[in-house]
Amino acid sequence: MAAQHRATATGTGRSLARSRPRYGEAAIKVVLMLAALVSVATTLAIVAALAEPTIEFFATVSIAEFFGSTTWGPLFNPPSFGVWPIIVGTLEVTVIAMIVAVPLGLASAIYLSEYATPRVRKIFKPVLEVLAGVPTVVFGFFALVFVTPLLQQIFPFLNLEPRNALSAGLLVGIMIIPIIASMAEDSMAAVPNGLREGSYALGASKMLTSVRVVVPAAFSGIVAAVILAFSRAAGETMIVVLAAGAKPVFTVNPANEMATMASFIASAGSGDLPVGSIGYKTIFAVGALLFILTFAMNWISARLVQKYREVYD
Amino acid sequence: MTSGQRRLLGVATAALVVSLSAAACGGDAKPDAGSTSSASAPAEAGSSAPAAASGEIKVDGSSTVGPLTQAAAEIFGEEQPNVKIAVGTSGTGGGFEKFCAGETDISNASRAIKDEEKAACEAKGIKFTELTVATDALTVVVPKENTWATCLTTDQLKKMWEPAAEGKVMSWKDVDAKFPDEPLKLYGPGTDSGTFDYFTDEINGEEGASRKDYSPSENDNDIVTGVSGAKGGLGYFGFTYFEENADKLNAVQIDSGKGCVAPSVETAQNGTYAPLARPLFVYPSAAATKRPEVAAFLDFYAKNINVIAKDAKFIPLNTEQETKLKSDLEALKGLAG
Repeated sequence: MAAQHRATATGTGRSLARSRPRYGEAAIKVVLMLAALVSVATTLAIVAALAEPTIEFFATVSIAEFFGSTTWGPLFNPPSFGVWPIIVGTLEVTVIAMIVAVPLGLASAIYLSEYATPRVRKIFKPVLEVLAGVPTVVFGFFALVFVTPLLQQIFPFLNLEPRNALSAGLLVGIMIIPIIASMAEDSMAAVPNGLREGSYALGASKMLTSVRVVVPAAFSGIVAAVILAFSRAAGETMIVVLAAGAKPVFTVNPANEMATMASFIASAGSGDLPVGSIGYKTIFAVGALLFILTFAMNWISARLVQKYREVYD
Repeated sequence: MTSGQRRLLGVATAALVVSLSAAACGGDAKPDAGSTSSASAPAEAGSSAPAAASGEIKVDGSSTVGPLTQAAAEIFGEEQPNVKIAVGTSGTGGGFEKFCAGETDISNASRAIKDEEKAACEAKGIKFTELTVATDALTVVVPKENTWATCLTTDQLKKMWEPAAEGKVMSWKDVDAKFPDEPLKLYGPGTDSGTFDYFTDEINGEEGASRKDYSPSENDNDIVTGVSGAKGGLGYFGFTYFEENADKLNAVQIDSGKGCVAPSVETAQNGTYAPLARPLFVYPSAAATKRPEVAAFLDFYAKNINVIAKDAKFIPLNTEQETKLKSDLEALKGLAG
């Protein structure tokens, strides 16, 4: 304590110019830059690793066959490479997940940001974020042994198969609620209070203020949250492998077992495919496709955020 | 924060970075030390076993027999921890290719060696013998509520499973007009499985040729759950797995043209449960049996064959087959001279 006082006392009299080079600071800068570089380098390495086998794959299988047919079975004899069943499967799970997560996530964000008292928010938000920390394998197993049998009992007319897109999608949706709720709440909380006060001054109710003033003002953040959640859902593997199965059928019936791109990669990648075989290269081609899909989503998200960004103050 | 504190923090961070990188270097160095000490370990270990052997045994071949030899290797490893046994699964054909090139000591096979493979081995001067180690039997299962499919012909199975059935044979009625109009729900192992290869080869006539719109799973328990949960369900897996779940499922008798035969240990061992039962082989090279570790492993394999077979979920040998295995192995050692 005493040392601190003395330092403050002498420090006030010094000039603002740098007295001597700060080696410690330079070291920190390098360490921090390296930390940032790790993720950039990993992304570049993934692109590089995906590119070569993918190009080799398309030397054997034409793009027309890949995108032009609807039977998927690259490891069967004879193999077939119509990728649509697993694209449809991926989108199906993702859409079900979004139907669950967007309303629930946004509603909880509006509640936390506009309605909840600070005390309630202090308890609710960490609890909600704990949900994000639940391992996805737990969600998957829960879907398989609890949700599916429950749905089969309540809705016998759905004819749910033991593994189906519906319960996998529901659980993926629950998994991504915290992403949407937390990010959307952050951006709503950042909306300046003046806007709310103006709205109240004009006679608007709390509901009207939340929905017509705060949500539009925080729109760019909400879009970013939803799209990040979408990408996360599209790439989700463990829940889908466990709860939705691996049958690559071209169908949109959510009661059926189906495969997604990520679940194909997981099941084919854990097998004993000889390196360099066409089946092995297929894993990379599907991986590249999934990468492009999520990359495109993130790019759209960045564009939307830019377009709808509203700057206050 | 004062400048003095800031400087202190800078020094502390630099020190932290240095110590972290030092720790990283230390971490790198450790495995080396560990590996040198483990390399010198064989001399002192294994004193309790009567004939302590060491060395490496290379095994390759069938992915069906692989788990059996792997099980043997694991149990053997408890007695002889210094013998490393590498079991590859390149397939029966791929295994023989390496075996006859002298690259492996033992070849696993789910069929007998072909004449051209024999010739390749002879050209390289590789002598070997065929040892029957276990029997593989696939069981076609239906749920208990299924009253119509007690016996299926191989043609009916082909009609359900062949690639052309995809999207077309969707009801039991499509298989045979006498069967009820119950949706056909098929379950089977995934493409990685040796069981899948064997079934598609025997039933559909070509390895890997199958309809794709069935529910694949590497976990036999999924097949049990799936089949027992749907009235029109049908699936296939190894016989021992059926035995464990006989309370939930019915085994279908198979008619390959000589009448209906139910799967059982006896019909599998005597070959009447055709074509879904087959003997499994191991081909050791005579030259390799001269090495003490290979001889010890093969003796162990033959002596404990039925424990190993049960462990790996295959049908064990009957007494006759077991005696033959032991005498064949002795004959091979004689061949090595």
